Amino acid sequence: MDSGLIGASVTVLFFLLFIAIVWWAYHKDNRKKYEEAANIPFEEDDTGADSRHL
Amino acid sequence: MEATYNYKVVRQFAIMTVVWGIVGMLVGVIIASQLIWPDITMQLPWLSYGRLRPLHTNAVIFAFGGSGLFAASLYIVQRTCHVRLLSDGLAAFVFWGWQLIILCAAVSFVFGVTSGKEYAELEWPIDLLIAVVWIAYAILYFGTIVKRKTPHIYVANWFFGAYIIAITLLHVVNNIELPWMLGGSTSLVGMFKSYSAYAGVQDAMVQWWYGHNAVGFFLTVSFLGMMYYFVPKQAGRPIFSYRLSIVHFWSLNFIYMWAGPHHLLNTALPDWAQGLGMAFSLMLLAPSWGGMMNGIMTLSGAWHKLRTDPILKFLITSLSFYGMSTFEGPMMSVKTVNALSHYSEWGIAHVHSGAMGWVAMVTIGSMYYLIPRMFGREEMYSTRLINVHFWWSTIGVVLYIAAMWVAGVAQGLMWRATNADGTLTYSFAQTVNAMYPFYTIRLVGGIMFLLGMLLMAYNVWKTVSIGRVVNDAAIPQAVHA
Repeated sequence: MDSGLIGASVTVLFFLLFIAIVWWAYHKDNRKKYEEAANIPFEEDDTGADSRHL
Repeated sequence: MEATYNYKVVRQFAIMTVVWGIVGMLVGVIIASQLIWPDITMQLPWLSYGRLRPLHTNAVIFAFGGSGLFAASLYIVQRTCHVRLLSDGLAAFVFWGWQLIILCAAVSFVFGVTSGKEYAELEWPIDLLIAVVWIAYAILYFGTIVKRKTPHIYVANWFFGAYIIAITLLHVVNNIELPWMLGGSTSLVGMFKSYSAYAGVQDAMVQWWYGHNAVGFFLTVSFLGMMYYFVPKQAGRPIFSYRLSIVHFWSLNFIYMWAGPHHLLNTALPDWAQGLGMAFSLMLLAPSWGGMMNGIMTLSGAWHKLRTDPILKFLITSLSFYGMSTFEGPMMSVKTVNALSHYSEWGIAHVHSGAMGWVAMVTIGSMYYLIPRMFGREEMYSTRLINVHFWWSTIGVVLYIAAMWVAGVAQGLMWRATNADGTLTYSFAQTVNAMYPFYTIRLVGGIMFLLGMLLMAYNVWKTVSIGRVVNDAAIPQAVHA
């Protein structure tokens, strides 16, 4: 196997991997999970004032 | 203890972000002045351009940017994992260790101790210290993620995680060096001198693989972690597309690592490596703009907030500069464009549109969000002053980069201009002379940016004096699982 063939194989492999990541990220089964994940920063009230009573 | 967040280390790093920002930018203003008035520092060797320039770059990147990243990452990891940091002792070690590194760096640069590798100028004893503190930070950060209470790891933490791993790899590989002491040196200066383990073009390639990824991971991936938390929080709505953020994350990390050779176009580096660097640099445009759009579109439906909220102005403007400089970068990586832009002031324009426009502005916006919370307040002492700071910074950056763009193109064209008989049209001194007006405009822009930081320091001072120090903040009961 020469370096050209290795280079080509790695390129194809990475491209397929990229397609897999996009497929995984946008799969409809994951929609709800990611919507919940996007709300993680809003799960708690965190104005500065709430730490005053400590 | 378990029911509180560690705010102490976040507060310490947030305050030092402002302090080091002022120091780093002040040194920048001094060296910009030296380019106009070469004798302004009275020819003192300690204050010569060659010594102050690495002091400036290291101070703004690793002291100002670094402190901002420590503050933001250690705050975000706690608030998105709903758990206190792994260890208070380790947190204190990371803070004091990093401050010690900064002091050692400042002293060694002023005394002319340098390994000569850009953005990795620090000599071997400090390199070892950085490795120890960085590993401690990695343990603290990942240890906190391991004991998290949330099922999912929020995307900002993915970006910070990639940054921590990549910087470990970059720092270790680029700083493999042989102390001169082992070669028999007995002089005091020789104590700190080392030589790179690599030679020739390999050394250049390792250095720019490091240099480019220092930009990619220390100045981009990590600040995107900041963006993915503070933009949604300040806008009061979740990120535009969480799914896009996943694709953004993986594609950015995959591609960045290979773009380094674009710093060595048209040199002795093998042509295939140059082509590889150029190709990957062009590809970088896609994930960069995907991430920029994701951040900016988070405001869709709430654009009116931009009119009244100067913190949001800082954050969204920073994303616009991110978009601008990540368009400019791939363009400059095209060999024919690079033949004009490389070594010219255009490079300085590019790096400052990224460093001042993107990195500094996203940091400043995030610190204005963080600092009042560290002192038990809902907002800064003066929102009006934040707005003034915003405009001074924006006008300062625009003056800076516009001047350097024009200077760079003029310089590049003058360098390549030839007469009919093949001789150079301009001597080097003539090209330097043509730079003076632009250097002056650049200095004005830089001073405006520095004055904005002083305004921030005043605002922080007033906020601190009317607030009260919060060392431990209660972990609010999560509203839902």
